[in-house]
Amino acid sequence: MVLSNQQIMGVFCAALVPGTAAMTWLWGWGVVWNLAILLCLCAVIEVLCKLLRQSPVTLTTFDVSTFVTAWLIALCLPPATPVLVLASAAVASIALAKHVFGGAGHSLFNPAMVGYAVALVSFPELLASWPGQAVDGYSGATLLSEFRYREGRTVEEFFDSQASAFSDQRFIALCFAAGGLVIWRLGLIAWRTSVGVLAGVTLCAMLGYDGGASTSYGSPYFHWYSGGLLLATFFVVTDPATHPRGHAQQWLFGILVGVVVFVIRAFGSYPDGIAFAVLFANSFTPLLNRYAERRKHTPEVEANRV
Amino acid sequence: MGELAVILIGALLVNNFVLAQFLGLCPFMGITRGYDTAAATGIVTTLVLCLTMVLSYPLYHAILVPLEVTYLRIIAFIAVTAGVVAASAFYIRTTRHALHQVLGSYLPLITTNCAVLGVALLATKPDLTLLETSVFSIGAATGFTIVMVAFGALREQLTHSAIPAPFQGIPIALISAGIMSLALMGFVGVGQ
Repeated sequence: MVLSNQQIMGVFCAALVPGTAAMTWLWGWGVVWNLAILLCLCAVIEVLCKLLRQSPVTLTTFDVSTFVTAWLIALCLPPATPVLVLASAAVASIALAKHVFGGAGHSLFNPAMVGYAVALVSFPELLASWPGQAVDGYSGATLLSEFRYREGRTVEEFFDSQASAFSDQRFIALCFAAGGLVIWRLGLIAWRTSVGVLAGVTLCAMLGYDGGASTSYGSPYFHWYSGGLLLATFFVVTDPATHPRGHAQQWLFGILVGVVVFVIRAFGSYPDGIAFAVLFANSFTPLLNRYAERRKHTPEVEANRV
Repeated sequence: MGELAVILIGALLVNNFVLAQFLGLCPFMGITRGYDTAAATGIVTTLVLCLTMVLSYPLYHAILVPLEVTYLRIIAFIAVTAGVVAASAFYIRTTRHALHQVLGSYLPLITTNCAVLGVALLATKPDLTLLETSVFSIGAATGFTIVMVAFGALREQLTHSAIPAPFQGIPIALISAGIMSLALMGFVGVGQ
């Protein structure tokens, strides 16, 4: 089965549905609010950019990856985010990270992650409160930041105090993983980057694991399903425009993302480092591509150089 | 060991000289058109940085501090940097012909790279030992080189993209550098 780019992006959106439905079920309609507004905003900005660049705007040439980008940002931001924050993320992703770099397929940095990171560093307090984790059951910090500042409790005590939040989180992560496995089975993603990310996080978490004492950085299992790791593993790092070509390079890229995610989660101030890790690894994509091309095309020229 | 690792990671990533402290932007923007020049500049700057540190640390602690003329440290460090650059330029011109061809007129400009002076000034804080200072400068220089090399490759790839006319050249380079800097903002708090 050969799919066009447009169709592939459509399948990506479809694969995001189960996880999104789970989030809506557990956290309310705020998730759908984010999604609806971002889809509209991103589509409008996409059309405006196309007009500004004097390229034709028709229904058949409309870039469906815009919707994937909008969808990913909507899932990264806490439910019912104010419209202006959504708008700033949409402008940063579609205009700045995609069209300025030459449009679809040319972006060097993952547009969704640029949008999310811009919103995150611009409105840190606004984006720190998530539903369902605090005692009052309505809003609070994410599990990851609660875990980081758990004030001397051991991992087991912490799990007991947050049992329902943990099971919610696990359920959502599993739904995203299910969608991810479908697109993996269809052969639409570079699985090496995905497995690299999981390998990087697992390796670091195992090195830092001490059986769950009060200073523990968390077990690999905890890191797998918390935050947006599984979502990013299947849907973000596999963006074909921004991951490197070449198998070894894709492994390296994935592992780099995984390691940086763990370093930021364990030692940094931000609770989750997915966006920063992906952008950090994106900075090295051209360099990795360079080595991929060199080995492929010009081995003899390489040998002759001093 | 832990202390040294914190200093190394701090200078390498968290307080990366180019992308977090915005020092040394002139070579970062000016000499990264191509990967080869960027890599060569990075390596030579690493050499110059480490040599400058080795010389300015004793200069500061053995001469400037006892004589109570630490206010002269900027002039003194610039003189040391210029001397080191002149020496390495002579060395490269006479023995590394290929490298000299790549770098050419950019070589003396390393003297005016504010990252070199910045590292010298930051690394002579009174509470740092010689070992810590060396680790700090190695971290800073490596961070500079990695960023230069990655950015050189990135700008080469940018030349193949269909970038809109108003953003071609320096604007798109500045936007890319901004996004790289955004990525490094995620490391805030690491090592504290």
